[in-house]
Amino acid sequence: MTYDNNLVFKALSDPSRRSIVERLAARPMTVRQITDGMSISQPAVSQHLDQLKRAGLVRVEGRGASNVYSIDPQGLGVVRAWLDRYWSQALGNYAKLFEPEGK
Amino acid sequence: MERSISPASVRKTLLVRTDTATAFHAFAHRMHAWSPPSHSLTGSRTDIVIEPRIGGRWYETGEGGAEADWGRVLAWEPPHRMVLAWQLNANFSFDPELTTEVEVRFESAGTGLTRVDFEHRNIERFGAVAPDIFKSLDGDDGWGGSLPMFADLFSNEGGQ
Repeated sequence: MTYDNNLVFKALSDPSRRSIVERLAARPMTVRQITDGMSISQPAVSQHLDQLKRAGLVRVEGRGASNVYSIDPQGLGVVRAWLDRYWSQALGNYAKLFEPEGK
Repeated sequence: MERSISPASVRKTLLVRTDTATAFHAFAHRMHAWSPPSHSLTGSRTDIVIEPRIGGRWYETGEGGAEADWGRVLAWEPPHRMVLAWQLNANFSFDPELTTEVEVRFESAGTGLTRVDFEHRNIERFGAVAPDIFKSLDGDDGWGGSLPMFADLFSNEGGQ
């Protein structure tokens, strides 16, 4: 699978989702287990998990209520997002070297 | 069942308003002018140098004569192509064991225009960095943590 930089960025910009990722970094969990240590509802947790999944940061095994969520074991989604962002800035600056003054 | 996630290369294509020789030269020898200044190994970056030959060093200089390696030159074909070994790990520090490739191609796109095709590949070689990253999410150091790259990712609201 591949990562979308903007999705990763957006996914990790929310404190609840960061908290979910941290919890999953400790061990894989079901939605219910995740929800048990948090102050938000299970549907809200499920929605956050969907976003994290689309960003490639967590993955899911199993089906229905027994879904077990875990994190991308290597954290490469975040590394890629960082590199993408770094090179976007750098190459943007580079292209500007050749633009007429004031643009 | 362990499914691995392998990240796609970072690819960028841009059109710049200059000829290929100038575009190549500026990429290689004016990197200090365009590389975001927040990224520095010495903390006092004064220049970024790419030695123009295969095997040449890619390094930054800092105040007081400091030097810090970024990587090295793998292919050098002015004015059309260069491949650099990016050897900075997820902590933004030099790791001689890590080699990821940055390939840049320059092709004329008409008078005074150059198409630049950029790729940073082998991202999977960054290896397992998750534990550190996730530790730094909301720890005592907040967004900074021990990973400069991670802090940088969130340093501007909204991103690009």
